[in-house]
Amino acid sequence: MKIHEYQAKELLRAAGVPVLAGRVASTPEEAAAAFIALGTPICAVKAQIHAGGRGKGMVKGSTQRGVELAKSADDAARIAKGLLDQTLVTIQTGPEGHVVHQVFVESGCAIERELYCAILVDRQAGSPVLIASTAGGMDIEEVAHKTPELIITEPFDPDRGLSAWQTRVLSARLGLPAASWRAAEQFFKALTKAFVNLDASLLEINPLVLAKDGTMVALDAKMTFDDNALFRHKDVAALRDENEEDPAETRAAAAGLSYVKLHGTIGCLVNGAGLAMSTMDLVKYHGGEPANFLDVGGGADVKQVTEAFRIILSDKNVKAILVNIFGGIMRCTTIANALIEASKTVGFTVPLVVRLEGTEVEEGKKILANSGTTIITADGLTDAAKKVVAASKGLKA
Amino acid sequence: MSILVNRDTRVICQGITGKVGEFHTRGCLDYGTRMVGGVTPGKGGETVADLPVFDTVAEAVAATGANATMIFVPPAFAADAILEAVGAEIPLVIAITEGIPVLDMARVMPVVRASKSRLIGPNCPGVITPGQCKIGIMPGYIHTPGHVGVMSRSGTLTYEAVWQLTQLGHGQSSCVGLGGDPLVGSSFIDILALFEADPDTHSILMMGEIGGSAEEEAAEFVKHHVTKPVAAFIAGQTAPPGKRMGHAGAIISGGKGTAEAKLAALESAGIEVAASPADMGAAMVRAIERKNKKK
Repeated sequence: MKIHEYQAKELLRAAGVPVLAGRVASTPEEAAAAFIALGTPICAVKAQIHAGGRGKGMVKGSTQRGVELAKSADDAARIAKGLLDQTLVTIQTGPEGHVVHQVFVESGCAIERELYCAILVDRQAGSPVLIASTAGGMDIEEVAHKTPELIITEPFDPDRGLSAWQTRVLSARLGLPAASWRAAEQFFKALTKAFVNLDASLLEINPLVLAKDGTMVALDAKMTFDDNALFRHKDVAALRDENEEDPAETRAAAAGLSYVKLHGTIGCLVNGAGLAMSTMDLVKYHGGEPANFLDVGGGADVKQVTEAFRIILSDKNVKAILVNIFGGIMRCTTIANALIEASKTVGFTVPLVVRLEGTEVEEGKKILANSGTTIITADGLTDAAKKVVAASKGLKA
Repeated sequence: MSILVNRDTRVICQGITGKVGEFHTRGCLDYGTRMVGGVTPGKGGETVADLPVFDTVAEAVAATGANATMIFVPPAFAADAILEAVGAEIPLVIAITEGIPVLDMARVMPVVRASKSRLIGPNCPGVITPGQCKIGIMPGYIHTPGHVGVMSRSGTLTYEAVWQLTQLGHGQSSCVGLGGDPLVGSSFIDILALFEADPDTHSILMMGEIGGSAEEEAAEFVKHHVTKPVAAFIAGQTAPPGKRMGHAGAIISGGKGTAEAKLAALESAGIEVAASPADMGAAMVRAIERKNKKK
C-alpha cells in the first residue's frame, strides 16, 4: 500500500526524522492560508499523488509543473489552482496521469547538498538495507545502472537497527562534513527505526538534504507498506487513499482476488499467481494482448468467480475472456458449475473460452458441454490461447 | 533416491487442528506420507486424523521422531512457528503459509542460516517425491515417479509443468516449491546443488518468475556447477514494471527483475528456455535430447 508524501512526513516526524514544516491543502484558499501560517519567505507547493517524478511532471493541457516554488500567498494559491483537480502526468504515472486532489505546502530550506537514501528489503542479503548515494534528486535507477560505485549499501538487522559505525561509513562516503556526522547518525537511525516499526516495504528519501546549517532533512518522502503486515498497523491502513487506486483493483481486493488492470483486450481468469502470469504470456505469444492479471486463488467459489467476471467485464476494452484453471485441490467439476452459475448471473456479452485441467477434468468438461451456454471449451494451453485470440479478433472485425 | 523427502520421512503438521492444516494432513496421509503427529499450542492430547496432537514441536519430535514439519500456522504467527521448528532442530521445515510479513521473515532468516535446518518456503506448495512422500498442498495424482527434478517459485505453474512432463512420459524424482515471497528459505541454487548430487535425478526443470535476481544467480550456478540438462520457463514476460503480480516477490522494481534479463542469463548458461507455458515439458525433452547427442 502506498501513501502520500504529506502522510509519510507526518509518520516520519512522529518517529523523530527531521522534516520541514508543511500543511496539506485541498483548495487554493487553503494553500494561501498555509503559506501565511508557515511564515517563511518561500514555500514549495507540491501535488500529492502516488507517483514520483512530480518535479518534472506536467499537468495535462497546461505548463504547470507538479512542484513549484511560491514566494507569496497569492503565488501559492495560483499554483494550487493550476494543480488541483487537474491530471498530472509524470514518468511514473503513464500517459493517463493521476488527478491531483490535494497539494502540500511546505517551508523552504537552504540547501547545501542533495543526497539520496532509501530503505528496502534485499532478497540476497535476506535483511533490510539502507541505500545511499551522493546523486540526490536524480533518477536512482539510472545512477545504479551507469555509476554503481556511487551507491552505498548497508544491511541491518530489523531489531538491532543500524549501528553507529555504519552511519559513520555512510557519512564518510557521502562526503558529509564531520560537524554533520552526529546529525546524520540520528537521521539514519530514526529512519531505519521508522521503516521497521511501521513495517514499510520501501522508504525513499529523494532528495535527502544537507542544509546550510549542517542539519539533515528529508525533503521528499515516498513510503510503501507491506500489505501482509497491515493487520498490525490499523493507523497506517487508515491512510489508504482509494482515489489513487484503480476502482476495479480495490473491488477485487475486497473479494479476495488479486487483479491488475492492463491495456489489452483479452480478459484472463486463472488460479494461482504463477499460472496467471504465464497465461498472460501465453495470450501474448499467440498474438493477443492480455487485459488483466487475475488470480482467483486456490479455493474459488461461485461468489468469487462471479465477482471476478464482473470485474473483468467492467473493463470496456475486453473483447473475449480466457479462463485457465488447473484444478488441483479444487475439482474441475466444482469450477465448471461455478463458471456456468456465474455466466448465467453475469450475462456474457463477449466470448468465453475455458480451459480446465486436473482433478475430475472429463466430468468438468462434460458439464460445460451440456450446459446450454455459449462457453467455448479448449484442450490444452495452446488450443485455449488460439481460440481466445481468434474470438477477440472476430469481434473487432 | 530423491531429494529432501522419501518414504522414510516422518512428518508432523504445525497448525494441524486448523481447517486447512487438517485437510492437507489427510491429503498427505492418503498419498502415503508417513504423517506421525501434529502441533497446536493448547490442544495437546487431542487427535486429528488419528494422529496425536502436541502443544510444542519439541514434545512432538521427542514422542514421534519426526524429521520434517509442514507449517499451516496463520501468517501472524507463522514466523514464530518456523523458529520453533528450527529450535527443535527439525532437519526439514516446509512453510506453506501465505502472507507472512516480510520483516518477520527477515528476523527468521539469520536464525535458519545459523542452524542445521533447511527451510522451504514460505508461501509455497511444498515438496513431493512421487510415489513416496508428499508434504504440502499439491495434487498428488498428477505426478509420476521418474528422473526429472522440478523446482519453481509458484504453485499452479508447477502443477502445469509436472502435468506436461507426465503426459510426455517423463516422471519426476522430486518437485520442490520454493515460494513466491521476497524472502524464502531455499533458493534455486540450494535445490540445484541437491538435484545435481542426486543420482536419481537425470535432468532439471525450473520455473522462475519476474522480480529479484534468483533466476540470474541460478543460471550462473548452472554454468559452473551443473552437468545435467536444465530447462526453464520465466513467468511474467508480459507483466508491467512496478505492479505486484499476486506474489509479493513478483514485481519488477528499479529496472531489476525483468523477464528479458532473466531469459538472457538462462540462455547464456546453455539452459533450454520454454517459449511459452505450453512448452515447458517439451523444453525439458529438448534439453535431454541435446545432452544425449553431445555424448
